[in-house]
Amino acid sequence: MAIKKISVAGSEEPHKKRYVVVPGETIVSGEDYLPSDGTRRQGVDIVAARYGLAEEAGMVIRVISLTGAFVPRRGNQVIGRVSNITLNGWVIDIDWASNGFLPIDESPHFINKNEMDQFLAIGDMIVAKIMGITARGIDLGFDGPGLGKLEGGFAFKVSSNRTPRVIGREGSMINLIKENTKCDVAVGQNGWIWVYSENMDDMLKARKAVEMITEKPFVEGLTEKMEQWFQETK
Amino acid sequence: MVAFKRPDGRKITDLRPMTAKVGVVPNADGSALFAFGDTIAIAAVYGPRLLHPQHMQDPKQAVLRVNYDLLSFSVYERKKPGPSRRSQEISKMTEYALSPVLDLKEFPNTVIDVQIYILQADAGTRTAGINAASMALAHAGLPMKDLVCSVAIGKQDTTVVVDLTKEEEDFHEGEGATDFPLAKIANSDQFTLVQLDGNISTDLIPAAIQLANDACAEIYEVQKKALKEGALQ
Repeated sequence: MAIKKISVAGSEEPHKKRYVVVPGETIVSGEDYLPSDGTRRQGVDIVAARYGLAEEAGMVIRVISLTGAFVPRRGNQVIGRVSNITLNGWVIDIDWASNGFLPIDESPHFINKNEMDQFLAIGDMIVAKIMGITARGIDLGFDGPGLGKLEGGFAFKVSSNRTPRVIGREGSMINLIKENTKCDVAVGQNGWIWVYSENMDDMLKARKAVEMITEKPFVEGLTEKMEQWFQETK
Repeated sequence: MVAFKRPDGRKITDLRPMTAKVGVVPNADGSALFAFGDTIAIAAVYGPRLLHPQHMQDPKQAVLRVNYDLLSFSVYERKKPGPSRRSQEISKMTEYALSPVLDLKEFPNTVIDVQIYILQADAGTRTAGINAASMALAHAGLPMKDLVCSVAIGKQDTTVVVDLTKEEEDFHEGEGATDFPLAKIANSDQFTLVQLDGNISTDLIPAAIQLANDACAEIYEVQKKALKEGALQ
């Protein structure tokens, strides 16, 4: 259940204002504001450096992208596909200009270097975390909960900008999907979603739910709407 | 002297009616349509993505690769499909017009592909193409300083006019027609493209620049409106 915040005059939280901006547009003016992601300072103005939703959280101004390709960042959880096996690890395609690399040390158990495809073969899908980005490539790791090889089920792609909505506030949306479809769901911030269940109809329902969420990202109270949809389609 | 009259009845400062829209190519990372009257351009942006062949990669910054082309049905006489001397030149010049606003240093070793296709040509295709590409780049979520607005200023005999049509470009009376396409960074006085085809007296250039500034302000509003509406789809 969603908790409604009641605001008492004089004790409000920093107000969050959101509006669409285009590059070069002045968002706010004033020395006290701090430019964050997607913005820059130009004199006293905070100017948008990309197209998206400007968010004013207290004095910090940032622009959240609504469209465009996935750009990897350290700490992102991504779903990738093994594209090659080298002497000391696996090359992972994560839908970006440079490949991800998963070193052999990241595997949860001992692996004979001659039989690396026993653990991950070409074409296998994994969930991994981006540990670091260098000029030579992107280092991946299995260090964290929910990371590892994906077995069974299927994966599909949605817009990478919509994945925060699929997860929801503190995972509310993803838990809703998991509970109602009895599926195991993994979300990669590069836009890949993986679902798994014994029952194909459940998996298709989970995919339908994710696609519905990503198609209408600006609906207020989306979690409640999805709850209702699950009730209706039971 | 008879007052100067344009064939379509516009005033000398009037642009043709403009249409703009984003998100017209679902499979692209960013896309836009921009039209000046009967001139329609679509632009699609792909990337940043892996650049092949590898020797073209730049370890300092992303490569902006523009491909401009007229579709074969866009003109009266069927245009032979494929690159030509003219389309290669316009592609290159569009790259130069757009790269000053892009923050290419953020994505080294990659390429940002921009495909511009002209669906209907009635003069001013390169300017419509730049306007569409600038919106498509913004729509692709790329870091940019500003938008780019572009318009062609022309001269009919001795009168400086805004946004020529094909009919006006083929004007032959008196001094004939001059085509003077310009592109500028929206919220600044910096021009990123200045071309000139024909003759124009240096005395007329300040007036031409003034007309371009006013026209670009109008174009910028159209681009901005389309991007803002496109975000909520």
